[in-house]
Parts: sequence; structure tokens; C-alpha cells
Amino acid sequence: MNGDPTLKRIAQGNGLALCAVGPWTARFAPVLERMVADAEKLRGTRPDIFIDVSQVSKLDTFGAWLIERLRRSLSHGGGEAIIAGLSENYSSLVDEVRQVKETPEVEASPVSLTAMLDQIGRTVVGIGGTVIGLVDMLGAVLAASGHVLVRPRSFRLTSTIHHLEQVCWRAVPIVVLITFLIGCIISQQGIFHFRRFGADIFVVDMLGVLVLREIGVLLVAIMVAGRSGSAYTAELGSMKMREEIDALRTMGFDPIEVLVLPRMLALVLALPILAFLGAMAALYGGGLVAWLYGGVDPEAFLLRLRDAISIDHFIVGMVKAPVMAAVIGIVACVEGLAVQGSAESLGQHTTSSVVKGIFFVIVMDGVFAIFFASIGM
Amino acid sequence: MVVQPVSDAIIRVRDITVQFGKTRVLDRLDLDVKRGEILGFVGPSGAGKSVLTRTIIGLVPKVSGRIEVFGIDLDAASSSERRRVERRWGVLFQQGALFSSLTVRQNIQFPVREYLSVSQRLLDEIMVAKLVMVGLKPEVADRYPSELSGGMIKRVALARALALDPELVFLDEPTSGLDPIGAGEFDELVRTLQRTLGLTVFMVTHDLDSLYTACDRIAVLGNGKIIATGSIADMQASQHPWLRQYFHGKRARAVIG
Repeated sequence: MNGDPTLKRIAQGNGLALCAVGPWTARFAPVLERMVADAEKLRGTRPDIFIDVSQVSKLDTFGAWLIERLRRSLSHGGGEAIIAGLSENYSSLVDEVRQVKETPEVEASPVSLTAMLDQIGRTVVGIGGTVIGLVDMLGAVLAASGHVLVRPRSFRLTSTIHHLEQVCWRAVPIVVLITFLIGCIISQQGIFHFRRFGADIFVVDMLGVLVLREIGVLLVAIMVAGRSGSAYTAELGSMKMREEIDALRTMGFDPIEVLVLPRMLALVLALPILAFLGAMAALYGGGLVAWLYGGVDPEAFLLRLRDAISIDHFIVGMVKAPVMAAVIGIVACVEGLAVQGSAESLGQHTTSSVVKGIFFVIVMDGVFAIFFASIGM
Repeated sequence: MVVQPVSDAIIRVRDITVQFGKTRVLDRLDLDVKRGEILGFVGPSGAGKSVLTRTIIGLVPKVSGRIEVFGIDLDAASSSERRRVERRWGVLFQQGALFSSLTVRQNIQFPVREYLSVSQRLLDEIMVAKLVMVGLKPEVADRYPSELSGGMIKRVALARALALDPELVFLDEPTSGLDPIGAGEFDELVRTLQRTLGLTVFMVTHDLDSLYTACDRIAVLGNGKIIATGSIADMQASQHPWLRQYFHGKRARAVIG
């Protein structure tokens, strides 16, 4: 348009005029800033410096502020610098930026040993808080269940069925596919290594015990934590962000009863079903590989399986499922309700829901292993 | 100064049709917004005021028609031309649409930082200048959007919309959800900014006070078309049934006093 903006220096007697010319707008801000920084060094070199803005073709907040900044820094060393030639329509803009005070620098947070120790301390306290939060939620869910048992009409059946569809029915294909593949892999690896001792048939023992006791339920629980735990946290978290949970509370509803209980119940029902389907798929996959790759025909496989495993193995696996579901659900709901106002916080809590969910599932599995070993199952 | 009637339209909308499924929201609509004016845009709820705004900004696809902003046909513009146009307008969304994981400071500095390579010092100073302009104290700079009141969110959002000193701002119901005093201050603020920065303002509103105090011209949307444009006096004189109800209803009489 009018070319680039400039700041001309014109000597006038023993004074100096700084002539701003051209468009002083945001587009040219980097250039303008450099010119102003240069001109600021003139402070105190002349007794009388003024800024002439009569030739400015266009002015916006950036330009007006930079002129104001120049005026201030020139004024510092004795004698007030003045702005001359300000046209009518820009004077209100200059008045506006004149109200701006110099900003205090942003304090950078100190990085030191104390800060590090402080961080560690906070994390430890945070872990304590997590445990208390989980116990608190467990209590709240049990209290809500008690309430529902006393007044069955307040139970939200539709919501529970809806969540059951989401976490159970829709999860079946992926759960079955993955456990099937894992069954295949276990069987293949078993045959590959056992063949050296001529003990091919023992792969059935390994597969049966491993799948029914451990892998079936553990794998499915981890998948559910990733799939449904994260969804619960995100749902509750975004409801929290939009004050929907506060709205429920003010209408006299208990968010635990309305939101958490149906989700928990759906999960507790879903996980045993999925674990059962997963175990069957894994056995089927393992059997298939044993037949095609190891030459163990289906009849021999079933015969061996009947000898190798007892109903105890199956019960051990199934008993764990609802407990793990409860742990995943509680962790997910606690995290969801802890979300603060920002999108970032939602992301953090969803991540930590999945991480903590999987962690607690594995810890629970260990506790169960000790328990069942000591009662001889 | 000679004002040429053709070139002084900063937004020219011609023959625009927008359709969602089978419902036609905007039907061959024409609208001009003149440089330097504050255009108030009213109409019944659900008439498509926000849809028109979003269509002009390019967030809603149109079936047919032509939109020129700053004399540039947005459909024919290359992506770099489009970006240049986007730099010259600011948008205030109905809910503010502040980035929730950034502080007020970072929200306002975000567009500036992306488009201009200036020092952190200038960024901070401009941020404070914008906060002062929209009537906030510099102390709020380090708060997060979730820690602000509704009115403050609107002001910060306006400051962000103004961050790059645009020539044109779109305001989508800027005073909704504000108390009458806050809304009045906001109208005053828009007026002041329009005077000091030479802004053109496209304001969707339901607030009669805003129409009376802030707007130079009013456009009314109904049945997917502009049913009337003109000054507030023209609106009051209009015989259109919806306009009569709107400008002569109980609430309108209360405003006129």
C-alpha cells in the first residue's frame, strides 16, 4: 500500500524529531519493534526529543503501543517527550494504550533441589489421596446400592442396559478376536518348545490352565480398562466440565446413583461374560493350532483337556472377573469426577484412569494368586 | 472523502443457499456490510443467524452463492489468500471458545505468536493493552478460563478476537448471559473500539438495548432471507408482523421507555 513503515530522525536546532511514516500496524510489528528499540537508545543524547506522527498512514494497537513505549523510554531520562501531529481519529487509540502499565515479568518457577523434593512430596501425598478417593467411591457406590435395594424403583434399568450394550455386546467381536489370537500364539509356542522333549500333548495342559486361570480374565480386564474405563472417565469428565453433574445434584439426584451405579453394574456384569467368551475363544484358537500345526486331533485335545483341568480352574478365573470389573469401574469414575475445567485435565485423567485401572487389575490378580494358593485351589 | 457505494462493502453476500439435509436454512440470501459500521443482525431463534455467520467465516458449507470479504471471493481464493483474509478478521463465539488449557495470557497471545515474530516483551505488553481495552485488569492474565466468570470469558474472548487488530469482527450474541449493566458496558466497549480502531462489526444479537445503543444499521433475517435492513427508525416504522412484534412488544416498549 504505502510501502514499509519508517522512523526518520530529523535534527531540529539542538532537538531531534523522530518522524514516524507509513503504516504502523500489526503486520509490520517485528520491523517496528526493532526500529523502536534502536530509537530508544537516543535517550538523553539530546535535550529535546519529540515524536512526530503526522505522516503515519495507518495506526492500530501495535503501532500506537510502540509509539507510546518509545515516548515513555525517551521521557525517562529527564524532560517529557511529546507526541506531535496526532490526528483526530487516532487520538482515542493513543489515549487507550496510555492506560497500559508496564507489565511485570512473568516469574519463571525456580528449578532447584527444593522444588524437586516438593514435587516428590506432592506425588506421595497424591498417592495417598488416590487410595482414599477409591475407598471413598467404593463406599459411595455401596451406599447407593443399599439405597437402590431398599427402593428398587429408583434403580436405572434403561441406563444399565444401555451401558451393558456399550461395554459388553459391542466389545464381544474385538475381545473374541484378540483372545483367539492369543490362544493360537500360546499353543504354537508351546508346541514348538515341548516338541523337543516329545511332550507335544502337554501343550493342552498349559493352554487350559493358563487360559482359564490367568490369561483369559487378565487380558480381557486390561482390554476393558482401555476400552470402557477410558470411556467412563471421558463421559463423566466432560459432564463435570459442563456442570451437568452439579445440575443433577441441585435437582436432588445423587450423581453416584444416577451415573456411577449403572456404569459399575454394567461393567461387573460384562466382565465375567467377556472373560468367559474370551477363554472359550482362546481355547478354540489354541486347539485349532494344536490340530493344524501340532497334529493333535480335536478328540485327543478334548480328552487331554478333560484330564488336565478341573472345574476349580474355571471358578478361579471367573471369580476374579467381577472384582476386577469393580476396580476398573471405581478407578474410572473417580478419575472422571476429578476432572477440572480444561481439556488438558480431561486428557490427563483419562490417561491416568487407564494406567491406574490396569495397574490395580494386575495387583488384584497377584493378591488372588496368593489367596487361591493358600486355600489350595 | 468520497465514499464509493460499491467498494465500501466489506462483506458482500450474494445469493447464498445453505441446506442441512432437506431443511433449507438460508434461501438465496443477499447481504452487504459496509466498512466501519456496526451491523446488528436479528431474527427469530432458529432463523439461521448463527448459520449465516458461520457460513461467511467458512465453517458451514453452502450449496450455492458467493461470499466476498475485503473484496476477495472466498471460494476462488487460494489457501494462502484465505489465511490472509482470516488474519484480518476476528471472531467472538457465543460461548467464548477460549482454549481451556491455556491461560488468559496465552489465549490472547496465541494468534499473535503464530502470525508475527515479535518479542515476548511486546507480546506481554500487547496482551495487557488488549485486556485494558476490553475493561479487564491485567491481574486476570494468569488465570485459566475455568476460573473466570461468564462476563469475563466474553471479554477475554473479545480481546483474543481483537489480538491481531482485525478490520472486521464477528460477534455472535456477545451480550447473551451478561447482566444488564455488563451488557451495557459491553455495547459501550464495542462502540469505543469501533471508533478507536475503525472496526467493522457484524453482530448477531437478541438484545434490544444493543440494537439501540450500539448498532448503526440493522438487518433482519426471516424465512431464510433478509426481510429488512435499515436504521432503528426504519425498523420501528416497518409493517412486517414479526418486526412489529419485536420492536413494539412489551420488552421493546420497556427499552424505549
